[in-house]
Order: sequence, then structure tokens, then C-alpha cells
Amino acid sequence: MKHIKTVNALC
Amino acid sequence: MQDLQQPFAMFLWRINIIMIHKFKAKDISIVLDVNSGGVHIVDDVTYDLLDLVEPPFQASCPDDVLVKLSDRYTETEITEAYADILELHQQQLLYSDDRYGNFAETAVESPIKALCLHIAHDCNLRCKYCFASTGDFGTGRKLMPFEVGKAAIDFLLEHSVGRENLEVDFFGGEPLMNFEVVKQIVAYARSKEEEYHKNFRFTITTNGVLLTDDKIDFINREMYNAVLSIDGRKEVNDRLRTKVDGSGSYDTIIEKYKKLVQNRGDQEYYVRGTYTRYNLDFSEDVLHLYEEGFDQISVEPVMESPDVEYAIREEDLDQIYAEYDKLVDRIQEIRNSGGSINFFHFMIDLDQGPCVVKRLRGCGSGNEYVAITPDGDIYPCHQFVGHEEYCMGNLEQGTFREDIKKEFAGCHVYSKPSCQKCWAKFYCSGGCNANNYIFNGDIHDSYELSCQIMRKRLESAILVKVCETLEQS
Repeated sequence: MKHIKTVNALC
Repeated sequence: MQDLQQPFAMFLWRINIIMIHKFKAKDISIVLDVNSGGVHIVDDVTYDLLDLVEPPFQASCPDDVLVKLSDRYTETEITEAYADILELHQQQLLYSDDRYGNFAETAVESPIKALCLHIAHDCNLRCKYCFASTGDFGTGRKLMPFEVGKAAIDFLLEHSVGRENLEVDFFGGEPLMNFEVVKQIVAYARSKEEEYHKNFRFTITTNGVLLTDDKIDFINREMYNAVLSIDGRKEVNDRLRTKVDGSGSYDTIIEKYKKLVQNRGDQEYYVRGTYTRYNLDFSEDVLHLYEEGFDQISVEPVMESPDVEYAIREEDLDQIYAEYDKLVDRIQEIRNSGGSINFFHFMIDLDQGPCVVKRLRGCGSGNEYVAITPDGDIYPCHQFVGHEEYCMGNLEQGTFREDIKKEFAGCHVYSKPSCQKCWAKFYCSGGCNANNYIFNGDIHDSYELSCQIMRKRLESAILVKVCETLEQS
């Protein structure tokens, strides 16, 4: 992907 | 923030709120997909595009969106960014569906797994911000007799069917004022472990004044976690954490804490402080504690009525936000230079984190966790003590109000209107029920000032993780 870098998914 | 709300189904919380949260910090544009927990770093065109598009997505970028962004970006940039968004949406990592609502009704009949024992409704300090009314919770100064502590352990054994590991927190007031009973209760609980196939884990929260070598040895031998109260710099600590004669407590406790931590090895502990309007530069207190040799630190905002002089108010928020930004920088500096520091409110696990029940209900007060007073009264948690309308029963009388337990079991992020639409809900887990009740009169009505600070802390925690990822790559 050119525009998005995914870092990581759920008192 | 954007959200889409589909029609209500049978239950209030069966709402599919599709939501993202985006923010900029340290010249990084960050997007959190609320329902999956996915975190993304995006460029400027994507950041701006996310303001203009939302599900259901068309196969290609709508013409009106292209027009709106055409003064800043080329058509190629916009269409490429749109394709990236669409791909992540199809992977359920952006604008993903809410799959947690189905769990909201689970764990309603939870066993009780944790107890907070008010071993002393008395204290040798007179901290001005103490929610326990300087130790006695407004109910008169008294110490818990062993018989009540023993009955509390029996109560926990009886109500924890299906749970092997049980948590008991010695709290006050000041627990060290009743330390012989602490030791008796620990011994009694240990004597029951084999018979009931249980394992007790104890925690103690202390102001440190009465610590001795013997007490330190016992705490380090028997306590799974030790929470050591201190507000930070000497002048900050001594302004509000005073002895009965009005003198400060810092000099009495600091060396004792160092000794306890030094002898504790790798076992858990926290030095735990409260920041108020008097020290909105609280990052200096965190750093002071670090420089004094502590690496497990929590400094938390006071929760007090806004008309009290030291209470945090809406107008203080910008300064508090800036202070958390400063803290992010300082923590990174420490880690980059080979140091180790853990700030409690920046702890976040982006890989998986807590289980669904924890995320939906948080502390478990009134359902999985209750507090016991020196008289044997049962409350949903330590902060409800003294609010008679929430007294759940009494150990000696053998009473326990299942209706209150059921009310708290039904208290989760889908039952709280302001939580439903909040991007932070799966990280803060609905906030503090006691604060909600004390400030708004309803455990389901979130206390907004606390929420605003929490959201900033979460952005900071995510930012720290994002920076670590960027450094590693």
C-alpha cells in the first residue's frame, strides 16, 4: 500500500 | 470522528456503530479502526479523504470527493488513497463491523473473583484529596477485626465457584495500621488453598509511613503487587499528603519505598501518585520518581468536585494535554537512551490486549469484584463505601443483594449512552462506575471530564507504540 502503513487488529 | 448507526435491534446494545478515530501527533497522522483495533499511519491525502468517505463504499472514488480535494491533491493520489481505504475496509481493518455487541450479555452470572478488604478505616495521614474522607470513609475510625476478614475469605471461597485464582487487595485507610490482622488473614487464606483448590494473590496499597524491615519482608514474600502512594516531588507530595500534625510525609517514606522496591526483585509494584490543579506540570513528578530509582509509575488525576481549590477543571485540559505530550517525549528519551520506565496510563497492547469481558466491563465492580468494610458490609467497590443505597449486604448477617450485582453485570460500554459512540470504549471499558455515580448520580452516565483525560492518555499510548514501530522499521 502506498498511502497507508498498518501498525497492527480485539480500575 | 465519524460514525454510522444502523437501526436498533432487539436490545439497545445491539447497535452496529462503525467508527474510526484519527488524530495527528508529532507530525504523524494516525487512524484507529475502533471495532477491529487496527492502527494505521496514513499520509495527508488519506487523512483528508477519510473526512469525506464512509461505508457503503462505491467501487471507485465518488466524483464530488475528487472535486473537493482537487485543490490539494492530484486525481491519481486521491484515487490511489481511495483504493487503499477500500482494500482495508474489505479486510475489516478500517470501518469494520462491531462484533463485540454479541458478548455484552455474557458474564452476567459471573463468580466473584476479587475482594477489596478495607482492613482499616483509619489513617495516619490527612491527605486533603482522599476520597476516603482522610481514612474513615465518613463512617467513623475503626479497624477490621480478624473475624470479619476470615468471614470475607469464606465469602470469596463460597462465591468463586469455577475460579481458581482469587485476588484480595488490602486497602484502607492505611492497611499497615492493622498489619497483624493482615498477616492473620493471609495465613487463613493460605490454609484454605489446598482444600478448595484455590490460589490467593494479595495486593497491598500503603502510604508507607509505618513500613519497617519486617513489614517489607512480609509484603515482598506474600504480596503479588505492592502499591506505594507518593505524589512525586517533595514539595508537591507534602502540600497535600500531610501527617496529622500538618507536616509532610515525603522524607518519612521515600527511603522505605526504595528499600522495599530494591528487595522486591522482579515482582510487581507501582509508585502511585495523584496530580491536582496544584501540579499540572505532573510530568516533572513522573520524572522525579524515575530519577529516584522507580521504574513502575502511575500518576493519576484527582477526581474532585470542580468547586474545590485543587480540583481539575475543564479550563485545565489544554495544559494537561500538553503535559501528556511532554511525557511521551520524556519516556521516549529514556527508552532510547537504554532506560526502562513503565507509565501505567500509557500501557496498551496493540497486538491483542484484554479479553472481551474485560474490554466491555472494565474493573468488574459489583459483579466480579466487591469491597468489604471493617463492619462486614459489602459494596460494589471501595469508592462506593458510605453510599448506603449501594450497600450489597453484610457478612455477619449473611445477606447479599443479587439485584445490585445484576445491575452492575448489566453495566458495560453498550449500556452507557456516551460510551456507545466513543472511539475509546474498548480501551477504557466504560470508565469508573463510582465516578459516574458520584458526579452524575447514575453508574451508566459517564463523567465527561474523566473521559476527556482518558481519551488523551489513549492517544498518547497509541502514539508511543506507533513511534516504536516506526523506529523498528
